[in-house]
Formats: sequence, C-alpha cells, structure tokens
Amino acid sequence: MSFREKIDKLKKPFEKGGKYEKYRPAAQAFDTFLFVPNETTKTGAHVRDAVDLKRVMMTVDLALIPALLFGIWNAGYQYLSQIQTEVGLWEAVGLGLTKVIPMILVSYIVGLGIEFIFAVKRGHDVNEGYLVTGLLIPMIFPIDTPLWMIAVSVAFAVLLGKEAFGGTGMNLLNPALTARAFAFFAYPTYMSGGEVWVMNAGKVDGVSGETILGKLALNDDIAYSTSDMLMGMIPGSVAETSVYMILIGAAILLFTKVGSWRIMLSALIGGIVMGLIFNVLPANLTNGLTSFPWYQHILVGGFMFGVVFMATDPVTAAQTIKGKWIYGFLIGIFSIMIRVVNPAYPEGVMMAILLMNVFAPTIDYYVVQANIKRREKRLETTTLKSA
Amino acid sequence: MATDIKVKRGYDLKLVGEADKKKVPTSSPRAFAVKPPNFHAVIPQLLYKKPGAHLKAGEELFFSKYNEKVRFTTPVSGTIQEIVRGERRRVMEIVIAPDAEIEFKDFGKLAVDSADAEALKARIFESGCGTFIRQRPYNVVANPEDVPRDIYISGCSTAPLAADPEFILEDQQEEFQAGVSALAKLTTGKVYLGLRKGSSSFLRSVRDVHLVEVEGKHPAGNVGVQIAKTKPINKGERVWTVGPEDVAIIGRLLLTGRFDARRTVAVVGSDAQTRQYFKTRVGVSVDALVGKVDTSKTRLISGDVLTGEKLAANGYMGWFDNTLSLIPEGNQYRMFGWLPFRHNGIPSKSHTSFSWLFSGKKYKVNTSLNGEERAMVMTGEMEEVMPLDIYPMQLLKACLAGDIEKMEQLGIYEVVPEDFALVDFVNSSKVEAQDIIQMGLNIMITEVG
Repeated sequence: MSFREKIDKLKKPFEKGGKYEKYRPAAQAFDTFLFVPNETTKTGAHVRDAVDLKRVMMTVDLALIPALLFGIWNAGYQYLSQIQTEVGLWEAVGLGLTKVIPMILVSYIVGLGIEFIFAVKRGHDVNEGYLVTGLLIPMIFPIDTPLWMIAVSVAFAVLLGKEAFGGTGMNLLNPALTARAFAFFAYPTYMSGGEVWVMNAGKVDGVSGETILGKLALNDDIAYSTSDMLMGMIPGSVAETSVYMILIGAAILLFTKVGSWRIMLSALIGGIVMGLIFNVLPANLTNGLTSFPWYQHILVGGFMFGVVFMATDPVTAAQTIKGKWIYGFLIGIFSIMIRVVNPAYPEGVMMAILLMNVFAPTIDYYVVQANIKRREKRLETTTLKSA
Repeated sequence: MATDIKVKRGYDLKLVGEADKKKVPTSSPRAFAVKPPNFHAVIPQLLYKKPGAHLKAGEELFFSKYNEKVRFTTPVSGTIQEIVRGERRRVMEIVIAPDAEIEFKDFGKLAVDSADAEALKARIFESGCGTFIRQRPYNVVANPEDVPRDIYISGCSTAPLAADPEFILEDQQEEFQAGVSALAKLTTGKVYLGLRKGSSSFLRSVRDVHLVEVEGKHPAGNVGVQIAKTKPINKGERVWTVGPEDVAIIGRLLLTGRFDARRTVAVVGSDAQTRQYFKTRVGVSVDALVGKVDTSKTRLISGDVLTGEKLAANGYMGWFDNTLSLIPEGNQYRMFGWLPFRHNGIPSKSHTSFSWLFSGKKYKVNTSLNGEERAMVMTGEMEEVMPLDIYPMQLLKACLAGDIEKMEQLGIYEVVPEDFALVDFVNSSKVEAQDIIQMGLNIMITEVG
C-alpha cells in the first residue's frame, strides 16, 4: 500500500457520508499539508498556474527563517555576553532555542486551534494565512514574554482581529500586529521599558535590557555603532534586530514577487524623509531621537522588519497599485514620527502600520474612484458628441 | 489607416501540441449538433419537439423565445436524431444525422454592393447567420433590431494553441470580403479588423475595414482587448463581434444564397494523435476529428484551454469554436507540492516557481487545479494579466455581492468571461473568475437588460 493509499484510508471517515464528516476541514488541512490535492478544474480555465495560497504563505515563512535563526542566536548572545566574557555559537543558539521554540509552539497551537474550530464550524477549508501569522507573532515579542501572555494575545488577534471580520482575506488589521498591540496595551510592563528585551534582565543583577530607541528616548548615550545595527547584535524583539537577515528575507519576497516592492520602497522613502525632517530641526526638540541620524533611524527598532514583513501583508495593505505607494509612504512617515514625538513609547512601526491598515480601504476607495470617474467622463463626452 | 495597440499586461502560456498547417477533409461525421447553451440568455422555442424530421441545411430548428427574429438553423441537411435535455428539461443538444450529400435551402443571392442594410440584415438573421453575431455588453446573440456602434472582428489569436484565423481564411478570401462589406453596412460606425502586427496575409488588403495592428502578449488577440484599446464600450452602447470564419459564412450566404456553415477546426494539444486542421461544418461530432478518446485520461475541450467547454467523448464542437484541445487529465497528488520552487515543470507566471525563467519553453500541461479554492488574499496578480482599464478584483467582488451599481461603475459592460480567463489561470486563490463574471452578467441581463 502506498503512502497515499494509507492516507486515503485514514481520511475515509472524514469524507462526505463518513462518520466524522463534520471534521472534514481539519482532516483536509493535514492532508493538503502533505500533498497538493488531486483536484482538477471543473469550470473556467482548464489549466492553472502551479502557485496556490499555501505556496505563497510558505514563501513568506521561508523569507522569515534567516531573521528567525539570527534572533534565536541573538537571544542567547545578548544575555550570555553580559554575564560571561566569551560566548560560544552553539551555547547561545541552545539557550535561544529553549526560549523561542516554546513561543512558536504556543503561537501555532493556539492560533491554528482556533482556525480549525472556525473552519469546522463554518464548513470551509482551513486557510493558510495563519502559517505566516503564527511565525510572525513570536518573532515580534520581547524574549521574556510569558507564554500564557502570548497565548492570550494570539487568541485575541485570531478571534477579534480576524474571525470576527469573516476570516482570512477579510480582516482589517494585520493579525500579528493585533496580537502585539493587544499585549502592549494589556500588559505594558512586559512589553516596554528597560528590562524586557534581554533574557532575564529583570531577574539577574547586572544584566540590562534597554533598546537603543529606549535609551535615546531617555536621552541616554548609546554604545552601538552603525555596523552593530546592521548586524543586529543589539537588544530588541526576538527577530527584528538584524538588518542583514531581514534584507535576505526581503530579497526572497521581492524575487518571488510575493511581497510588494512598491510598499517596501515607498515605506523606506517615507522613513528617510521623516528622519531627515527631524534631523534638520533643532536637536533635542523632544528627546535624543530628534537628532538621531536618519540612516540609523531606518536600521534600528522594528522599522525594517515591519516594512518588509508586516506592511506588505496583502490583505491589510492597500490593494491598488497607486494605493500601495501612498500606503507605504505614510507608514514610513508615521513610524518615525511616532517614534520621535510620542513620549510614552519609543517605537512607532507597529502603530504606524496598524493605523495605515485602517486607512488602506479609504486610500483604495479614492484610487478606484478615479477609475470610475474616468469611465463616467468617457460616457459624458460620447453622449455630448452624439447629441 | 490603422490603429496600433500594444498589450503589455498579459501572459503567453506556451504549450506543446500545435497543429500542423495542413487542412484535411473529415471523413463522413456521425452527426452534428446545435447546442442552445452556447447562446447565453437564449431560451429555445423548438419547432420540432420530437426526432424524425428531415431538414435542409439552413432550415429552422428553433428560435429565441424572447425574439423570434433570432433564428437558429441547421448547419447540415439531415434527420433530427435526438433532442438531448438536461436538468429541468433544458434543451442541451439537438443532434442531426447528416445526409451523404448536403442539400441547401435556397435563400437567394444578394449583391452586397447594391443591397441596403435592412435587406442584408433580414437575410443574415433569417438564414441563421445572425447567431454568429454576438453583442457586447453581455456576450449574447445580437438583436436584429439594433444598429451597433461598431463591429469588431479579430483576425489573430493569441490564446494557447488556438487556431490561426489567417491560415483558416486563406481559401475563403472572396467570402470573407463579402461578409465584411455586408457587416460594414449594418453599423453606423466601422468594422474593425484586428491583425497581428507584421503579418502579411491577404487580410491586410481587405476593404471596408479599419485595421487594428495588434502587438503583445495574450489576450492581445481577444476581441475584447481590441475594443477596449480602440473605443471602449460605454453604458447604453451596443457593439457586435463576429468570429473570423463566421464572417466568411455570412459572405457565402450572400454570394451563393446558402447557409453553408463551413468550419475549419484545429486539433491541438499534447494528447492529440494527429494535430492538424480539419475542414468540416459547425457543430461536428468530435469523434469524427479525433476518434475514440478515453476521457478519464484525456480532457476534450471545444475551444482553447483557457476558455473552452469540456466535452464528452461523443460530444459536439461548440457553435463558435475552431479549436479542439486535448490535454491530459490531472488527477494526481503531488507530495509537498506547495513548497516554493518545487515541480518547475508546471507552467507558472508566479515567481514562486522557476518555470517563469524559461519563457521560451513549451509545457505539457494537465487539468490539475494545483491547489484548492481559498479566500482572495494576494493582490496585484490579477492586474498583471488584465490589459483592460478595469480593477479585476474589485469587479469580481462587486459581482459576488450582486451590487449592480458597483458593477456598472467598475466596467461590467466592457467585459465578457473570456477577458477574465487569464485571471482564472494566475490567481493563487483559485477563484473561478470567468464564472463570477458570467454570474454578474446574468444579474445585469435580468435586472437592467
């Protein structure tokens, strides 16, 4: 019996008329994870592209892996380098894994669990969107976030951020950022401040866990060079720190055309423009962030990660070509603006993207309206001519 | 004078199995059929409810319930063999067993140059040739009471493996010219003829037309694109479109007085045994062209692989189709097939496969859906194959919602399902775009008319 036949046999009770017919979407989700189904075209075009949603989502996951691997190492390194003089590669990775793997597991189990329940209840197949969201969430949380907190945030994001709007493809807000924003407002002490960004910083004396942006907001000096920021050996959310690794991900997204180059580029431009504007203003207008050089603004914090992986989420971004330019540019502008001007919170990318998620449909509305107007005008001129 | 159009947003799906440029006659086909579902929004009023009647070619089989001037006649002389009905007794096929020698009903010759528009129109619709004229918006049979703004003929095809109209028309030059001249009298505007830029066929010297020089990727050859790029359809306007060989049938009617519905069919596709052009008549039984085909392994498609109609092994060619595509059925599982850059032998416009890098390669393609239907998530992929000034995803959503005002605003009058064929192909959510557009058109027909 071939492997495929074994699966068909296992799946039998879940098919139509079977004992567990109700749970077909769940069984189907596992099956399609192993095999692309044998479904053929019924109507419409008889031949189809090799791409499907699962392949698209897996491409994004693939693009996230360099940043994730670096994040795992950096999690261990940031802590160990403060308590001992030499840190081995595998020592740091090992320590990082003990922290990050449970976070990923919790995110996937809780999130996919909810998705499965809704798929079974609504009788539709499980959409692949959560494959990406589930990996993104642990990557954008501080390393010391308690696991139950991640579980609660995931549940909130999937239930209220996504399923309440009708599920995959319908949500207004990026689910991963919704989870983070929820945690940020519900448990602020765990999500900001000087003690959460490095493992055990709150518990072990002598270990500090302040991010660059956090220090600047307090007008402290920073001890990191531009190359540190590029490399990413700095404190921060799990996988946001290494610009190099994020750029590898960006290259994958751009090569495969899965991520919109328009959004990435326009957000980068927006960030640079806003950074330059603050740079020419008098120093220390608000705090140390005003005079923080524009190119370093782009490199630190979650800016690059947000622009490459979160702003480009096709469901919550603007959907029209022109809309994407506007949407991306404003994300860049607002990210840096919130960073510098808002005294309570030294990072602005999350808020900027969520804000633009809300406005993306409005931007699209006006872009599409231009097409409608053009059509109406054409009608008008032809009726005038014939009259 | 000619208009140049260039299509950048599109996709050439290159497949193995092109037909040789060779025309052969078909050996006595078993039967021919007229299939009412080929004509959207036509409810047939049958003249013969039971099999047995003997008819000459050009004699009436049925007419449209809503317009008795739109008459459907038999393409061959013979005996009505069977009337096949589907769900709710809908008439699916009227099968005619042909005579050995075709007898024609004589409609009388009509000199195109001296005849007036009304006489031409009456003759064309009376003989059944009117069924070859399709109206946009809605993609329905033209209404003889209308005077169309313009008439469009596409003399080039860019669809995968589609028959080449220039080759088909080579030996029907005189008829084609007569047809074009007649059509030119039916419109207040012009007859537009789309030709591939740089082609050197006789079509270039056809009179009474405005040439449209077409360049670029599929769907450049689609008449819908040629309309949109020359003079898009506005609300309230009516444009007619006619297939290239159908113009010759109209011409032949006027020159000879006969409804002589000859059809040259290209048999194509990787599963076809002999790939060449067959000279036959409209609605021929496909076994006359390809013999016995095991449809559990091979899909028979009347038309091209993007827009055609799936046929049974004993099925009949569609009324308008001049291509018969045979491709393998794709009933197989692919382990971890969702991994990016796996199975690069499947054609893909998406860059998540390496197949886009080999743009010159011809693919053997099967009918696999390569996934399952999902929510619309990715944006931008539909736009890349939509050369019309239309927001495809927004229009699809308006159709799904049945929002008439939105559909109208977003350009439903300018499209027919075939304009969304490539959207079917490329979209990663496996959304049935052509079905959705047809659904939208159906709503418009019943609600707006």
